[in-house]
Amino acid sequence: MEQSVLKVEHLTVRYGRTCEYCRNGGKLDKNTCPHCKTVWACKDVNIELYEGEILGVVGESGSGKSTLMKSLYFDFPVTEGRGYLRDYEGGEEEIFSQSLQQKKFIKNHIMGMVYQNPMLGLKMDYSSAGNIAEKLIAAGHRNYARMNDRVTELLDAVEILQSRKKEPPKNFSGGMQQRVQISKALANNPAILLLDEVTTGLDLSVQARVLELIRTIRQKFHISMLLVSHDLAVIRMLADRTIVMLDGRIIEQGLTDQILDDPQHPYTQQLVHSLL
Amino acid sequence: MIDGKHYNFAFLDEGSKREIRRSILKAVAIPGYQVPFGSRELPIGRGWGTGGIQITLSIIGKEDVLKVIDQGSDESVNAVNIKKLVRECTDVKITTDSEEASIIQSRHRIPEIPMRGDQILVLQVPTPEPLRIVEPREAVTKQMHAEAEYSGMWLYLFEDLIRYGEISISSEYPVSVEGRYIMNPSPIPRYDNPKLNDSETLYLFGAGREKKIYAIPPHTKVESLCFADVPFKKEDFEGKSCRLCGAAGVYLDELIEEGTGRKVYECSDTGFCRKRRERRRQDGTISA
Repeated sequence: MEQSVLKVEHLTVRYGRTCEYCRNGGKLDKNTCPHCKTVWACKDVNIELYEGEILGVVGESGSGKSTLMKSLYFDFPVTEGRGYLRDYEGGEEEIFSQSLQQKKFIKNHIMGMVYQNPMLGLKMDYSSAGNIAEKLIAAGHRNYARMNDRVTELLDAVEILQSRKKEPPKNFSGGMQQRVQISKALANNPAILLLDEVTTGLDLSVQARVLELIRTIRQKFHISMLLVSHDLAVIRMLADRTIVMLDGRIIEQGLTDQILDDPQHPYTQQLVHSLL
Repeated sequence: MIDGKHYNFAFLDEGSKREIRRSILKAVAIPGYQVPFGSRELPIGRGWGTGGIQITLSIIGKEDVLKVIDQGSDESVNAVNIKKLVRECTDVKITTDSEEASIIQSRHRIPEIPMRGDQILVLQVPTPEPLRIVEPREAVTKQMHAEAEYSGMWLYLFEDLIRYGEISISSEYPVSVEGRYIMNPSPIPRYDNPKLNDSETLYLFGAGREKKIYAIPPHTKVESLCFADVPFKKEDFEGKSCRLCGAAGVYLDELIEEGTGRKVYECSDTGFCRKRRERRRQDGTISA
């Protein structure tokens, strides 16, 4: 059987001290314990991502999609659970319990992240070239000419004119900022790309270009992607498989067509019908 | 009248001096690492060399000979005041001759003559943290040093190359000490950076306002940061010489000559220039 590039088991992210009631699986008020007010942002999430696959994650605001992504990218601490990466120690070593240095190694070599808010992923006062080079420098590159060549190649890949590479992203439109983020995330040829609501807030024509770019990147580089979106059209267009999240839990998962055309869970049915 | 004799030898009390010497020892043991210390009040405002003065006052003994220079000059207001303070409360000999001095306190320059193993150079530092230009939070820069996470500094150099085609940092050019800590060599010009590498002398850096001491012990590997294909370059004074002593191959100050408006150059290290002129006068190669 094919080995997954990313395997996550029983991932839980919670904020609060917990009580006996919520620890023993008591019914939560959405994702919050009615007694101790502990927020269970993600609860017992299990996912597997395969090579070259795009796995969509859908759900309403507050369902835990972004928490899941940021936990996988070590931006948020994980309370419980295990994660394994095929490209890190052959999938033998658990990743969430690694040292800060090892987590940085994983972020710089194995994973790339594109945030919904470009302010989180880019230094707005540095040049676009500098933003991309940051990832190369973090991975240990110290040859200026080679880094500059790689920056040129990546900007070409995301269709940003070379004449604009000295410009800071703050001068760019939202779509261009997302493209700079994507090129930065791709700088070290990661095995996995995490895309958090990359088209949210962009107008339709720009959205279409970014989505097309993601599709091209997948074909060209054969990268596995975890794509978070609350837009089912985006998920239908890109994702091979989809998981549906509600109140921090996965409530349904399967092939994207199956989820969108024949949803089983009442919430998924409501979600699909409200949008179609 | 209360004068220097009313104070303890070297102004500071012995407990304070011991605490500063302990910080210095730690700094020597971990080259390039910024050691916190309890910066004392002095009769000179913070930011006027109090870090350097505290180091000097803590290590100075009755047999020492002190030289103080400010931007290469022995006669600047800051240098004269510091010398006056130290002389008042120690009675040590003060000199302008770098070769004669056992302790040289300096701001902005390392003397032109090669320093010896029996000398100590104390540098006054306004901003000890080299990462301050990329990260304003002290807690974060401490963590960055702990993890040797210096990509922000390298990115700063990359940005310079992308925007200007060259690295534009003229002073406080960051150095890597023994391949571990990135260190701010105080506002010395780039020209002086190579003098820090594998030096015979002990360099001590004191920042009074920021309450930090750090050191480069003798024969420590100190490398100015540069990319593999973009070597470090110091200021180029090719074809220029001092108009007073004729010295070439030294760090020169550029001046505009009154009247003619043309650019002229003089040695930045005034003690070096004066001594050279005296020697040439004795040799009869220049007139008085």
